Amino acid sequence: MHIKKEAICGTLESNDLLVKVVPFGGLQVSISSEVMRQFGARIREVVDETLKQMNVSQGKIVIEDKGALDCAIRARVQAAVLRGCECEELDWSVL
Amino acid sequence: MKKLRRSMLFIPGSNAAMLSTAFVYRPDSIMFDLEDAVALREKDSARLLVFHALQLTAYRGIETVVRINPLDTPYGLKDLEAAVRGGAEIVRLPKTDCAEDIQKLEREVDRIERECGREHGSTRLMAAIESASGVVNAVAIAAASPRMDSIALAGFDYVVDMQTQRGDGSELFYARCAILHAARAAKIDAFDVVFSDVNDDEGFLKEANFAKNLGFNGKSLINPRQIELLHKAYAPTEQELRKAERIVNAAEEAEREGLGVVSLNGKMVDAPVVLNARRILALAKPAFAQA
Repeated sequence: MHIKKEAICGTLESNDLLVKVVPFGGLQVSISSEVMRQFGARIREVVDETLKQMNVSQGKIVIEDKGALDCAIRARVQAAVLRGCECEELDWSVL
Repeated sequence: MKKLRRSMLFIPGSNAAMLSTAFVYRPDSIMFDLEDAVALREKDSARLLVFHALQLTAYRGIETVVRINPLDTPYGLKDLEAAVRGGAEIVRLPKTDCAEDIQKLEREVDRIERECGREHGSTRLMAAIESASGVVNAVAIAAASPRMDSIALAGFDYVVDMQTQRGDGSELFYARCAILHAARAAKIDAFDVVFSDVNDDEGFLKEANFAKNLGFNGKSLINPRQIELLHKAYAPTEQELRKAERIVNAAEEAEREGLGVVSLNGKMVDAPVVLNARRILALAKPAFAQA
């Protein structure tokens, strides 16, 4: 999927996260989290897996996590990418 | 075994925190809402949040329901894809006015189950009735599909359609009775309206007892505080429980002895009385109950 425009999804409330996607030549993922020390590696794993499933190979992905569960991380990243790609239709089989 | 369905807790589909933690309240059913509780600009992200939340292991043991947007909106079909593919046990269709609304939904559910490899027929349907037309057509709606599981009355839209307003309950009396009869005739469940004033425990209990006495299986709830109150309202009294135990014991003894007639304290006990006693015992148990 090709990120065409800047898009955000999520909130900075507890148990949630804010995801921003920006068009960019390469793929750059930056993550900040209140629980970075304990769960940083897991958050990164979920984000990478989600981007791979959606075939995202370019774009800046900026994540500010407030202790979200994996399910919320997946959902917010997917929604932000779909918004950035201006994609209305979803291929459920890849999620 | 039939699960108790006293409490059905609404959770806004766009609220990640609530979706991640609502299981701790242990309602009988959790309803992830993609309709009224979600702003138009968040429909896309709420759909994905609900899709993933449905797969949380923490929700196992709690019945999961997804309220989708009506199918004639740009969101309804997409919501349905998320609900069925995510594994929701029940899809709640708002603003159900006639049997054709359910049949249209059924066709789409058939297709999605086939496409995603989900067992055919495993997604059940709940019709939310919110209009005079829906109440008038309740009998046909309840019997519109073998997938039909339950009917719920949605009070606020209904009273607007009836050109009245929420009051002492008399404004909903006909609709409650009509829906309940339609549900019972079709052998499915019925849920009463939400009670919106979360600070009025007395009013809530009065309405809950009224719904229980009419015969509703339970109520839709908008606040977790109301769960315990509702479960207590539906629990039988100690006296009712002891009487029910005596009746069921007598029935089981008669069955063991091959007697066709059940008697207790010298009086004959009719079959419907035994059935009712079993229902009361079931309500006394917290989770699973004998049908």
